[in-house]
Amino acid sequence: MTEPASQPPGKLTIYLGYAAGVGKTYQMLDRGQELRGQGVDVVVGYFEPHGRQDTISKAQGLEVVPRRTISYRGTSFEEMDTEAILRRNPRVCLVDELAHTNVPGSERLKRWQDVRALLEAGIEVLTTLNVQHLESLNDEVWQLTGVRVRETLPDWVVDEAGEIILVDVTPRALRHRLERGVVYAPDKARQALERFFTEPNLNALRELAMRHTAHEIEDRLAEEPRQEAPAPSGRILICLTASPSAATLIRRGRRLADYLRTDCLAAYVTADRGLQGLSSPDREALEKHLNFARNLRIETHILEGGDPAETLVNFARSRKVSQILMGQGGKILHRVVRLARDMEITIVADRRRK
Amino acid sequence: MAYGDHPRPDPEALLRRIQVEEREARHGRLKIFLGYAPRVGKTFRMLDEGRRRGERGQDVVVGAIQAKMDPELEPILRSLEIVPAGRVLTAQRIYDVIDVAALLRRRPQVCLVDELAYDNPPGSRHAYRWQDVEELLEQGITVVTAINLQHIAEQQQAIEGITGKRAAQTVPEQFIRRAEEIVLVDAAPENLRQRETQSAATDPRRLSALRELAMLLAADVVESQLHRYLATHGIEMLPGSQERILVCVTPRSNAPAMLRTARRVADRFHCDLLALYVRQPHLSREDESVVERHLEQARALGAQVHTIDAKDSVPAILEFARGAGVTQLYLGHSMPGRWQEWLRRSPLDRIMRDAQCLDIHIFPHAPAT
Repeated sequence: MTEPASQPPGKLTIYLGYAAGVGKTYQMLDRGQELRGQGVDVVVGYFEPHGRQDTISKAQGLEVVPRRTISYRGTSFEEMDTEAILRRNPRVCLVDELAHTNVPGSERLKRWQDVRALLEAGIEVLTTLNVQHLESLNDEVWQLTGVRVRETLPDWVVDEAGEIILVDVTPRALRHRLERGVVYAPDKARQALERFFTEPNLNALRELAMRHTAHEIEDRLAEEPRQEAPAPSGRILICLTASPSAATLIRRGRRLADYLRTDCLAAYVTADRGLQGLSSPDREALEKHLNFARNLRIETHILEGGDPAETLVNFARSRKVSQILMGQGGKILHRVVRLARDMEITIVADRRRK
Repeated sequence: MAYGDHPRPDPEALLRRIQVEEREARHGRLKIFLGYAPRVGKTFRMLDEGRRRGERGQDVVVGAIQAKMDPELEPILRSLEIVPAGRVLTAQRIYDVIDVAALLRRRPQVCLVDELAYDNPPGSRHAYRWQDVEELLEQGITVVTAINLQHIAEQQQAIEGITGKRAAQTVPEQFIRRAEEIVLVDAAPENLRQRETQSAATDPRRLSALRELAMLLAADVVESQLHRYLATHGIEMLPGSQERILVCVTPRSNAPAMLRTARRVADRFHCDLLALYVRQPHLSREDESVVERHLEQARALGAQVHTIDAKDSVPAILEFARGAGVTQLYLGHSMPGRWQEWLRRSPLDRIMRDAQCLDIHIFPHAPAT
């Protein structure tokens, strides 16, 4: 479970889809219109029409807060004007594409941070998201589709949302939409149909979206009645290294901890003094991993001790860890396995593509 | 390798694919809108699909609508041709029965059928509406239909656990799973309650539980569709979108605790649990009975139990795990020194790389404290 960072007062509703063109934006706008019809003060903070007629006509009549223009390296970019929305202070704000990364020079790095600012001001936000942008699914999505999604969103942002609504169409219907040129321009559509929007890809992503939504619903059900579930089954400890595969380890640990409803810690062990003994590329890589873990709300530690395996296992015992996650081929793996006979040691596959 | 870039299918797969395509050419397609509760908007989605197909030039008719139709649906219904249902009066009630004969004479390309779970009165052409639909499909008519989770026969026990009630009229799950396409119609429980008066049936916790159940059923259907597609196109299945847990049982392993933990994890992930025993030669009778007890426990916990013969257990286990799409493998700490041996030797790295998505859990000998 994530640390109880204070939950903002505004309610967040996420329309979750499995690919572009399934109708997330349309459904969000539809709900916006319904609310407007009930006399609720609704504005559009950001919406990406992608030239889709249905979507554009669905936005008719909704008040739009103009975007702001930011120039970066001689080009102008349009971003959501969060400060203007805060001044306008509506009851409900519609914000498309939650996983979007803002252009450098924006107030905040990511759109989800803008959305959080709105929620903190007590504004209710409706937003859209595709399942492949979830950080914990990044490796699975890569493996299934061959696409490494760069714009990701920490899972806790979704965990904290008040409501998640799955927007579903069949892959067949979606592919027809592409063929008819509803989603992308013809050239891009043809390319998309051959590469990313294949039937197996779409089905696999769709299954991920359904299972993830089910998981989110179950989590909310589990949280509601009791203050705390019976004592968590023991914490998970991720053993970090400077290797690039540590990112997979972190995502996997986060996912396991979320599903098992327990806490997740991460530690780097070294015989030398802190990170000083590392070469500078290794130190950089490790710092990146530590940051990444903290972003996913994993508590991080740097442990020092003459015997790294023993240091790790002692730390695990002192923190009531029952499962240690390690990468393949780690130097201390064998000794940890031998020392921690009372714990579950999980060797996480690299999830590399062949 | 990802699903995007698959190799040329083998001849057998090609044959399977041709057979499927031939069957599909003769047969109508079945498309189902599945909702988790009344009023999520299934009927609207179904009618809207009919309207859009009509606009694209397909010949669409309505074969069945509900007796008490939501007035909001009237405008869209007016834009569609309706083949009137036959009205049957019995001593108890009035039945609207799909007029299959009239539909077969009319021969549309697409027929919309609301309320798939419906028992026809005695003496009808078929006892159940889903059988009417089956006949339309066999005659080459595509059917678009809508159903609530509560009306799926095999889900009755789970639903009774949530709502305390069973549905009077149901459709076999097999019929739902066989559909070419299934669409999950989702809506926020809160909005349903706004639309309907407060009642026990709209308790938010119950609605959430039903919603989760519908979501998982749809995910299972999507997964089997994916497998079917891969099999007919000769593409190897990749694990990843669904977890699958395998527990390796040996006489010395702490199997009871390992199986219990694995069961709990499988429940959380809503995934399959498998147990494997690699038969060891020259096992004492005592050990044999220990293994038998472990496997019995595995079965009692709902695991699919497999036994294989192999000289070298580690590669055999990995091979099996890979073939079964396993993502998490549970082994005992006490797995004969051999496992430690494998850990020390380099081939493990290679094998684990081949296994791609397989995490290996080495489980404590004594229950974790």
